[in-house]
Amino acid sequence: METVRNRGASFVLVLSALAALNLLVLLLQIVLGDFPIPAAEALHALFGAGSERFDLVVNRFRFPRALVAFLAGAGLALSGTILQGITRNPLASPGVLGLNSGAALAAVGCMVLAPGVPVAMLPFAAFAGALLAALLSYALAWRRGLSPVRLVLVGVGIAASAGAVVSFLLTFTDLAQAKAAVIWMSGSVYGRSWEHFWPLLPWLAVGFPVALLLSRSLDVLQLGDSLATGLGTKLERVRALLLLVAVASAGAAVAMAGTIGFVGLMAPHLARFIVGSMSRRLLPAAVLTGGLLVNAADLLGRTVAAPLEIPCGILIALIGAPYMVYLLFKKRNQ
Amino acid sequence: MRPAGIVIGLLLVAFCLVVSIAFGKQAISLSEVYRSIFEFNGSREHLIVRTVRVPRALIAMAVGACLAMAGAIMQAVTRNALAGPELFGVNQGAAFLIVIHLYLMGGVSGSSAIAYAFVGAGAAGLTVYLLGTMGASGLTPLKLIVAGATINLLLGALTQGILVFDERSLDTMRFWLAGSLTGRSTSLFAEVAPYMLIGVAGALIMGRQINLLSLGEETAQGLGLRTGLVKALSLLAVVLLAGSSVAIAGPIGFVGLAVPHIVRYLVGQDYRWVLPYSALAGAALLLTADIAARFIVPSQEVSAGVVTAVLGAPFLIYLAQRRA
Repeated sequence: METVRNRGASFVLVLSALAALNLLVLLLQIVLGDFPIPAAEALHALFGAGSERFDLVVNRFRFPRALVAFLAGAGLALSGTILQGITRNPLASPGVLGLNSGAALAAVGCMVLAPGVPVAMLPFAAFAGALLAALLSYALAWRRGLSPVRLVLVGVGIAASAGAVVSFLLTFTDLAQAKAAVIWMSGSVYGRSWEHFWPLLPWLAVGFPVALLLSRSLDVLQLGDSLATGLGTKLERVRALLLLVAVASAGAAVAMAGTIGFVGLMAPHLARFIVGSMSRRLLPAAVLTGGLLVNAADLLGRTVAAPLEIPCGILIALIGAPYMVYLLFKKRNQ
Repeated sequence: MRPAGIVIGLLLVAFCLVVSIAFGKQAISLSEVYRSIFEFNGSREHLIVRTVRVPRALIAMAVGACLAMAGAIMQAVTRNALAGPELFGVNQGAAFLIVIHLYLMGGVSGSSAIAYAFVGAGAAGLTVYLLGTMGASGLTPLKLIVAGATINLLLGALTQGILVFDERSLDTMRFWLAGSLTGRSTSLFAEVAPYMLIGVAGALIMGRQINLLSLGEETAQGLGLRTGLVKALSLLAVVLLAGSSVAIAGPIGFVGLAVPHIVRYLVGQDYRWVLPYSALAGAALLLTADIAARFIVPSQEVSAGVVTAVLGAPFLIYLAQRRA
């Protein structure tokens, strides 16, 4: 009992530390920039008591942007954690399974073919695209059971053809729109504000608790189909519901912040390293890690080469690819 | 049987070439096509044939043949059904370095662009191969796919990074990146053609050695093959074939993956035949894709790369269902 309580205590400690780090980066996101804002003034502005000079920058630009970055990272991490669980494949992620590409195709299609579509509609389009990609992957990879290799292969195929259609759409439109679409695809929260934050929030506010409620089933699913059925899990229904949450959170994140690769892969791994693989603990830790990754990457991209902005998706790819290589190396004999 | 098939293949490619030259926004009669080549009179139609249609058809033919041969070599050497210039990151690597070249020089032209493409193709292909072969189990499909997807994602992100910062590059590159065969530069084609020919000739000469290598490393060594040398030469051939294809036409996917499979189904496992057949089938496939690309969307030309990707993805899925 003693050790269990200790572990519970240390889990709370780890989670608080992650949350504190997130808050710190959030504060730095508000304070740092072309136009530095003293920390005290920033806090005043956040609580609605700031001077007019700072109020606009804080409450219109930097604060909502940082929140969108956090939510996007959290959504991708949530999606990756669930996908790695239900496919029982530590290398699965929304990027590899084609969810990101499906969402990207739907969103770029909206941006290029129907430029008048309001921003709030983009998550729905992206969700539909991601859902279609997921259903296709799942259905095509299903052959008397789901082999992880097949799922990944089919996902790569779907990602490749969606990518080709996206690059075609880019030639279909004028340069300004093509540029907007390329920035969006590289994964950036540039210019994101409340009108992006509010449409994004509900997808995660619903998805995350649902995933937490199903966390025990997610653990059981990882034992294998026959064992999970034996333990009384309504296998297909639970798996479908979890998949839906994974699709929704990845789709909404991609719609608002573009295709940020590798977060959905890295965040669950880092979190598992810290809190272990029990889903009830893994999910919150992964979500906080994902949010932290994207927010920190955005902070770095915004400040390191100012006034140029490096899209956070590119920075994350620069960290994520070597990490993936490391994972491949570690698992080379499996 | 097999030599006869080569003749049929040549006729098929010739037929596709003629159709590709004659059909388009403006249909041009065959007699007019003939006259524009042999009795050129400077009319609008003759100009279209000479400056637009013929170069485009020749480029489609050459690129299709080269990509298919590159795929066949890679599948033989790695003994992996999923190998090809796309999944190995060869296309994406060449594309990334060409975008860098454009960013640095302000335009894609001349031999330095080709050199960049070769470096990118070689480095990316070698990286994926080394990552995929790490460990005791060797090159498994899952490791290859994950290593390839990682490198492709990374190169894609870096390419987008450059395009985000340089609007002029974006304007030039977006057509090229989509794998479009419209308006490709004939002078660049003239510059890459020798490399393509060297690659094709080298691959055809190495048919016997590639055959041995496709039996497995140990068997090949037992039969007296210097496997290291043959692998290095194969990589060189792949770099020449795929690198020059990407330099001229952009990253066109799935020709290199799909064609060798179809060809092996038709003529068996003997790479002395698989290689020439792949060249012919690849040329015919890309010519057909390019012709189809002119008619799918009435108001605008789709790029050939999109057509091959949309056709190729179901093929990859089919392979995945059968093999994995």
